[in-house]
Amino acid sequence: MLTKRIIPCLDIKDGRTVKGTNFVNLRDAGDPVELGALYAQQGADELVFLDITATVEKRKTLSELVNKIAHHINIPFTVGGGISSVEDVQVLLQNGADKISVNTAAFKKPDLIHELANEFGSQCVVLAIDTRLEDDGQWYVYLNGGRTKTAMLCVDWAKQAVDLGAGEILLTSMNHDGTKQGFALEITRTLSELLPVPVIASGGGGAMEHFTDVFTTGKADAALAASIFHFKEIGIPELKQYLKQEGISVRL
Amino acid sequence: MKTVIIQYNAGNIRSVLYALSRIGVEATVTDDAATIRAADKVIFPGVGEASSAMQYLKERGMDALIRSLQQPVLGICLGMQLMCAHSEENDTACLGIFEETVRKFQPGDTGLKVPQIGWNEVRALRSPLFNGISEGAYYYFVHGYYAALGEHTIATADYVQPYSAALHKDNFYGVQFHPEKSAEVGERLLKNFIEL
Repeated sequence: MLTKRIIPCLDIKDGRTVKGTNFVNLRDAGDPVELGALYAQQGADELVFLDITATVEKRKTLSELVNKIAHHINIPFTVGGGISSVEDVQVLLQNGADKISVNTAAFKKPDLIHELANEFGSQCVVLAIDTRLEDDGQWYVYLNGGRTKTAMLCVDWAKQAVDLGAGEILLTSMNHDGTKQGFALEITRTLSELLPVPVIASGGGGAMEHFTDVFTTGKADAALAASIFHFKEIGIPELKQYLKQEGISVRL
Repeated sequence: MKTVIIQYNAGNIRSVLYALSRIGVEATVTDDAATIRAADKVIFPGVGEASSAMQYLKERGMDALIRSLQQPVLGICLGMQLMCAHSEENDTACLGIFEETVRKFQPGDTGLKVPQIGWNEVRALRSPLFNGISEGAYYYFVHGYYAALGEHTIATADYVQPYSAALHKDNFYGVQFHPEKSAEVGERLLKNFIEL
C-alpha cells in the first residue's frame, strides 16, 4: 500500500540551515547536508529545502548545495525558494534535485508551470501555495512569503495550476503555521478531494495526533513540518510508530 | 569492473550516478555505443515520456544496441517500461525485451491519484536482485503507467491493482521504482545488481 509521507522542511540561508540551532548528535547543526542525512536515516520520506537567501550569489551557492545534498542523501528531495525561470530549474535538476517548488513567480506568470511541466515533467513540479482564511470565510492566496494578499481563491489557483501541469500541491495555511495547534484540515481536504494530484499539508503540526488528523480528516497525502523536528519535540521514528498504531499506512 | 549509465533524453540520470558513488561504484554516463558494449554492467535509467524517448533512441540506433547487450542491464522506471513490448503512453512500440505491456493506471472510483508518488511495498520477491531485502520492503515510486503482471515478473507492487514492480529475462532486469532514491534498500538493490 502507498504510504503517507512525512516531510521535514529545512530553511536555508547562505547555504546554512536556519532555525537549526538546537540539535544534539550533530557536529555542525547548521549544515543542511548533515541534517538532511540525519532525517533520512531516521525515516523521513522526503525532504524539502527552502532557500530564503536574498543575495545575488544565491543561484551559485544553492546549486552547489543541491549538488552536495544529491551526493549524500538517499531519499527524494525538493528545492524551493525564489525559483522564477526554466533556467533556474534546469540548474537545480541537473545538480540532482528531484523536484522543485514554485510559488510567487508561478502566480505572476502561470505559464511558467506549463513550461516546467513540458520541459521536465509534472512529477518534478510542486506548486507551493501560502493561503489564509479571511473573515469572509474564504481562503485567499498570498505571495512573497505571505506578505502580499491577492484576490485569488486558493481552490481556484490550485485547480488552474494542476491544469497547467503542477504535479503536487504544497499547501501552507498561514492561519495555522507556527501555532502548533494542528493543520488546516478543511482546506486540505477540499483540495485533496478536488485535485487529481497529491497534496502536502503544511503549517500547524505540533503534536502527533495532528498528523493523524491531517491524514484521516484532512485526506492529505503527505505532511510537512519544520521546527517540531528541528527542536526534537517530535522524533520521526516515534511519529511514524504512532501513526502506524493509529492505522495509518507509513514506511517503517 | 566497468559500469555505465546510458545517457539519453530522459531526466534523473545523475541521481543514479550519485547513488552508485555512495556505494563505492564509479560509473560513466555515456551514449557511446562502444563504451556501452564494453561495460560489465549497464544501467538504463530515466524519468520522462515514452514516445519521445523511443524516438530519440531509434534515431541514434540505441534501440538495437540495448536489445543486443549481453551483460547485465538494469532498467529503472521509464527505462524498465521502454524495455517492455508496448506502452499506452502515446501508443508507443517499445524495445520488446519483456513481453509485458505498459498501461495507464485507471483509478476509477478508488480515490487514488495518478501518478502514484511515494513509498510502496514490494512483494513476491524472486531474484538475486533482492538478496537481503525483505518481503514488503518500501521503495520510492513515481509513475502514471505500470507494467502488467507477466511471466517475467520478479516482484509485485499494488496500486489500483497488482502490477510488476520488477522484471527479469535473461541478462535484462527492470525495476519500476527508484532504487537510487529508496534509502538503504535501494542502495542494497543497486549493490546486488553490481554484484550479479
